[in-house]
Formats: sequence, structure tokens, C-alpha cells
Amino acid sequence: MANPIEVLSWVFILSGSIFVIIGGIGLLRLPDFYTRIHAAGITDTLGAWLILLGLMLHEGFSLNAAKLAMLLFFLLATGPLASHALAKAAFLRGLDPLQGRGLVDRHEVDDNA
Amino acid sequence: MKHAVALFFLLMSVWLLNSGHYTVLITSFGIASCLLVVWLSRRMGIVDDEALPLHLLPGLPRYLPWIVKEVVKSNLDTSRRILSLGRPDISPRLFDAPTTQHSDLGRVIYANSITLTPGTVSIRVHGTKITVHAIADAVADDLLEGEMDRRVTLLEGETE
Repeated sequence: MANPIEVLSWVFILSGSIFVIIGGIGLLRLPDFYTRIHAAGITDTLGAWLILLGLMLHEGFSLNAAKLAMLLFFLLATGPLASHALAKAAFLRGLDPLQGRGLVDRHEVDDNA
Repeated sequence: MKHAVALFFLLMSVWLLNSGHYTVLITSFGIASCLLVVWLSRRMGIVDDEALPLHLLPGLPRYLPWIVKEVVKSNLDTSRRILSLGRPDISPRLFDAPTTQHSDLGRVIYANSITLTPGTVSIRVHGTKITVHAIADAVADDLLEGEMDRRVTLLEGETE
């Protein structure tokens, strides 16, 4: 049987990769810009966190693990910033989100009325 | 002064962790450059409560585990919505979330926490309200219940 920490590290890395893939699937399946940001959020948070955690376990207690921890912190601080910058830019340029179960564009509704 | 000292130790620990070379000469270069940065930052007048929010530290051990738990929960929820058979299980909504924080920093932390959890993205802050885009009605209602808002206000503490 392999070293349990090594096994755990691979479990983290693989499940992180699965979340990155789910984020990618979301990017393709979701209908508009704003909903796609949420899918990218999965890749940014749990996907990246699990992979970094897995790498930290793999490294053991070392300087490299500390650097990875720093990376985790920077990701925590900058991830939302990037998502927000994208969303705000689109919003200010007047891109309207599709809304509700039926994914209606409010502008089209107004035009038809 | 308290902030300058804290900034020095922060810079120094980043330097030590990234360097890996601990001879006397190299380390003294590190100390010198950290001191230089602290001096420059003080001259620029950016060493204050907003740049280095030391007053948040006591609340962090309670807030961090909670926000990580929330992020994991909303990740699973959003993944489920993306992968649902047929069409993705979504009902996007744009709405204003009220805030109870009493400083800009508090609102920034709240807005960033909203964005950090997949399924909600803060789009803009106007006055004391945050415009949020949520991937589904249930997610939006969850946010409007205001637990995250309360916890950020608690983290912010009794400032000013």
C-alpha cells in the first residue's frame, strides 16, 4: 500500500481537476456571459484550491509548501477581483443578463411591449 | 508606527519564504530592501488601517473557516446546476443586496466574499447597496437572508 499522504495528495489533485473540468463544461453549457462567470468561478476556487492543497501535501513540510500556501492566499485575494472586473466591465457597457427560468432578456421584453 | 512594524514583518516573511538563501550577506540585503519599502510606503502615506487592516485579525479565525465552507458548498451547488441533465438548472437574477457594514473596507470584503462564492458575482457597489448577479433564484434568496452580511460586519468589528 502506498504512503497514505501521497494517496490523499492524489485524491485532492484529481478531484481538483474534476472541478476544473466542470468549470469548463459550464463555460460551454451556460447561456450567457454572466452565468459563465459563475462557471469560471468554480475553476478559480475549489478547482485551484484542491490542486494546490494536493501539491502541498505532496511537498510535505517544506519551503515549497509555504510558497504554495502563499499562492493559495494570493488566489483568494485576486480571484474575485478578476471576476468582478469582468462582470463590471460588461455591465457598464450595457450588456444585459438573461434572467429567470425562461432566460429572458429584459430589453427584448420592453421592445416587444 | 504599529502598521509600519507589521508591514516590515509581513514583507520580511514573504522575503524569507521566497528566498531560500540564508547567508548573512543575502539576508541583510533582504532586510535592507524591506526597510526601504516600508520607508517609501510611509512617505507615500499608504501605511494605514485600510492598506494593512490589522484590526481584522482577531475576527479572521472565525470568518475564514466559514467562508471556505460556504465556497465549497456553493461550488457543489453550482456544479450540480451546470451538470443537470437536459438544460442547466438555472434561473439567473440581477438584484440589489443591502449591506450593514460601516466602512468601505467592510463593503469591499463583503462584495469580494460574494464574488468568491460561485453562483453569485457582485457587479457594482452603489451607496450601501451591492448589485449582485446570481445564477439561480434559490442562490439569490440564500444571499438575501444575510448571514454572510452579518458575519462580515462582525469581522469588521466596532471601528470608527
